Amino acid sequence: MTRFRLLRVLLALLLMVPAAASAQTLQDVLQRHAEEVADPGRRTVAPVIDDLVASGLSGVPSFLTAWSERSVVRRVEDGLFFVAREEAGGTLALLDIATGEPVAASVPGDAVESVRPNGGVQRVIGTALVQFQLSDPDITVRRQAVGALARALAPSQIAPLSASIEGETDPALKERKERLLSYLLARFGASPEARVAALDTLAGDLSVATRAVLNQILDTEFRVTAEAPEGPRVARVLVPGDDIARDAAYAALVEAGLAQAAPTPAEMKAALEASIVEGQVGGVPVAQLFTDEARARAYGALAEAGTVPPLVTEAQIDAALAAHTFFEEYAETDADVIAAAARALASTRTTVAVNQAADLGLDALSLASIYFLAAIGLAITFGVMGVINMAHGEFIMMGAYTGYVVQLFVPDYTLSLLIALPLAFAVTFGAGVAMERLVIRWLYHRPLETLLATFGISIMLQQLAKNIFGTQARPLTAPGWLDGSLVINDVVSISYIRIAIFVLALIFLAVLLYVLNRTRLGLEVRAVTQNPGMAASMGIDPDRINMLTFGLGSGIAGIAGVAIGLYAQVTSEMGQAYIVQSFMTVVVGGVGNVWGTLAGAGLIGLSQKGIEWLNPANTLAAQTYMILLVILFIQFRPRGIVALRGRAAEA
Amino acid sequence: MTATVTAPPPAHLRQGLIAQNPSILWFLAILAAFCFGVTFLAEATGTGALSTSMVKTLGKTLCLCLVALAMDVVWGYCGILSLGHMAFFGLGGYAIGMWLMYARTEIIVVQSLAEATLPPTAAEIRDGIATQIFGVVGGNEFPAVWAFAHSLPLQLAMVVLVPGLLALVFGWLAFRSRVTGVYLSILTQAMTLALSLYLFQNDSGLRGNNGLSGLQNIPGLAAMGQDVIAIAFFWASALALALGYLLFAWVVSGKMGSVIRAIRDDEARVRFLGYHVESYKLFVFTLTAVVSGIAGALYYPQAGIINPAELAPIASIYLAVWVAIGGRGRLYGAVIGAAVVSLLSSWFTGGGAPDVNLGFYTVQWTDWWLVLLGVSFVLVTLFAPKGLGGLIDLIAERRAPQRVGDYGPDRSALRREEGPPQGGEQ
Repeated sequence: MTRFRLLRVLLALLLMVPAAASAQTLQDVLQRHAEEVADPGRRTVAPVIDDLVASGLSGVPSFLTAWSERSVVRRVEDGLFFVAREEAGGTLALLDIATGEPVAASVPGDAVESVRPNGGVQRVIGTALVQFQLSDPDITVRRQAVGALARALAPSQIAPLSASIEGETDPALKERKERLLSYLLARFGASPEARVAALDTLAGDLSVATRAVLNQILDTEFRVTAEAPEGPRVARVLVPGDDIARDAAYAALVEAGLAQAAPTPAEMKAALEASIVEGQVGGVPVAQLFTDEARARAYGALAEAGTVPPLVTEAQIDAALAAHTFFEEYAETDADVIAAAARALASTRTTVAVNQAADLGLDALSLASIYFLAAIGLAITFGVMGVINMAHGEFIMMGAYTGYVVQLFVPDYTLSLLIALPLAFAVTFGAGVAMERLVIRWLYHRPLETLLATFGISIMLQQLAKNIFGTQARPLTAPGWLDGSLVINDVVSISYIRIAIFVLALIFLAVLLYVLNRTRLGLEVRAVTQNPGMAASMGIDPDRINMLTFGLGSGIAGIAGVAIGLYAQVTSEMGQAYIVQSFMTVVVGGVGNVWGTLAGAGLIGLSQKGIEWLNPANTLAAQTYMILLVILFIQFRPRGIVALRGRAAEA
Repeated sequence: MTATVTAPPPAHLRQGLIAQNPSILWFLAILAAFCFGVTFLAEATGTGALSTSMVKTLGKTLCLCLVALAMDVVWGYCGILSLGHMAFFGLGGYAIGMWLMYARTEIIVVQSLAEATLPPTAAEIRDGIATQIFGVVGGNEFPAVWAFAHSLPLQLAMVVLVPGLLALVFGWLAFRSRVTGVYLSILTQAMTLALSLYLFQNDSGLRGNNGLSGLQNIPGLAAMGQDVIAIAFFWASALALALGYLLFAWVVSGKMGSVIRAIRDDEARVRFLGYHVESYKLFVFTLTAVVSGIAGALYYPQAGIINPAELAPIASIYLAVWVAIGGRGRLYGAVIGAAVVSLLSSWFTGGGAPDVNLGFYTVQWTDWWLVLLGVSFVLVTLFAPKGLGGLIDLIAERRAPQRVGDYGPDRSALRREEGPPQGGEQ
């Protein structure tokens, strides 16, 4: 049987008559290219694969896979190909290449010779496989194939990809394939019309891949010519001195062979040093060569003697630069395609800019909510009570360390967070009340001295934290459901922790507004703020109210500490990072008003992000300018955005 | 101020400066005795009982006393709690440091280029210096702020001008819009933070967080040993402190001193009396900033290195701490506070203080000194608002028990809400 088939194949080859497609099997096709299959080379393998693909046989994909994975063997005795599977005992089971059925008894390893395509061949096979995988019934295989295709776009992929779109059942994958086809057509399309059409579909798409494709099409090359260039391929003309450095422009001229190389100062110096004769260079004594003019003179003398390349004067350089045009030229030759790509890129850039603005807005919002959280406790103690609490930052730190300690005992992060939030409030509330009772209440009439006393407490608490927890940063791990970020598109995304902090800030705002405006405590706090004497004569105990208010402000700092610790490092110095910003938030916003703090946090967060956007490389510079902005702002509104009016403002 | 005064001024205003402030003589005498004592014990000029590094520490302490004096005048006398005077101090240090670093690098570069075949051009020398100085931040060109670094007189002018102009502009903006009290403190703190953040950048032109280093090597004085330089700077610092003390004693006495103290006690009332409060405040703020800059210019050649951390807001708060512990509202109080706290601080943090074994726990002062400082600071603020300087009053009281009235100019440093001052002046 096999002999007969082999004979027929040999006959067919001899007569150069291809076997009838309906009758041929995979083995037939392989035998036709037996040598190439058994020992494939990167260049010779292409016709084999084309033939295999053209045969349309069902076993081709599985054979290609097996071939690529080096599990195809050739039986020595008759030259037939099989898929081999290793068995226990060192023997091989031979499987039919088309069906995968076992065909013969196990054979020892030396009865077959293995087929080992090298890496280059494997890649070629892989490319051929893609077209089968693109229509594979298994969606994961299709996804992988599309992913592989997207990584290396090539003209050869157009046909298989467009063929697979029709039968695609998954809508998302179908969309992805269509997008990829647009990329392929835009870059490698047969006619300019097809490319322009494909480019038009890409306009306004903000994915990174689209931008990469458009940029590749609009790739430019730096060129220099004597006559002024014209035509659609000129991307832009570069003016030496403005768009391109003078030295670089002249170097380009030299490289293009359009001008003579000017000796660099280092070359001049080396030439001078090499030409010292009896203490003189070109008639100039060495001891005089400490100015550029003397060196130029000496070098000029050498150049006239012809021993060194001539000096190129500045005037000559200017003339050479003026005589030539420097420009960037598109690698793409078709004017319509260039125009379409430029159009698409412009539209994409607009979309990207809009989305970046949205992303920046989200960033600013999240920064503002962090500042709000850090500052709102201060706004209560400083704003409502007029007490400067330099230890406020240390209360934030205390809250963060509370969260850390709770996590040491409660390993479940969600649960530990739920315990840590109220516990941090309790701890810092207690600390705040103790501080108010022991220190602050003696200093209500000396506001500048509360600043100093609380600063003493601040350095004490910082050093205590350092002594207890050490100097290295401690982790406060967020629960798993806060990991990752909400990705809206390729440009806009925000991490869940920041969303959580934003929500927390909103809750704080609501709770504080409720407490201050709708409860008995809030009424009494406002009364004591406005006029302690009158409040006391109305039966309110100012001491108690002050104590509770201070505790409330400190407790909120503790909760803010847990929230901040989730995304920043917990160290003994973390409070310092927020204290100045918090003070500025309160001062900018206006003292004694929750809305003012909100406005201040919003303004500071927004301006800091805005400045960072203008100068993205440098957050330090952004902070510097932000502070300068705040100082200037205070000039125009010394009492903040939301200023108190009337007697309370003078208190 | 130009009002025609027909009646002769009160007796105590007609007296001379010394007669008004007998503490000046005491102070100068003690300072002179201290200086001669140190000179006698120093390595270069005396027995060598004091090491060179100790002489440097004492010289630096004198500079800190000078900046504390400035702080006392602006805060204790004028009521402006500035949290920016250490920034002015640092700016003075940077200004002199730029020349020191430039001139010293120039000597090194010229020496190394002298061995080359061709004599170096001016541009080559300058490039060599720039590469040496800015290589650490990846630069090789001089930023614009170094335009005057080659000249000692110009850079000395910078020591005065940079802090002075900054204080003038900032003070004008702040006082003009009537930012006072706590707000002003926060605003000065913001200025300090902005300045230090700016200097922390590598492209600030002042070597980022590397700062300026090697400042202890004075160009042109290489032949002189560090022990001689140390005692020279010690004397220069002492001289600056003495002159500063005289200057500030003059500022806070007489009619102007009265106005300044009145501004501290009730700014609105002084304004209603027809004085231009803003000008007085601006004058005091700028003058003290300039003196702080000079103190810094004397301090950092002794310290040898300056970096932006020295300008951080915390440094200025510590300055306020020294003055408060020493006793604000009296000049010698600031000097006592700065000297005692900074020397104690370096004694404790330098490992000089013996550990205390409590049996269950050993108190290591390097770890616990800041806790002690914080607690003592709270205690001083609460229970001894006059600070260490208040002790002097006790001595004075013992010597003249029948005296009527208040001791020293400082009593009204305390706000009137704390109760009426005892004795006269009511």
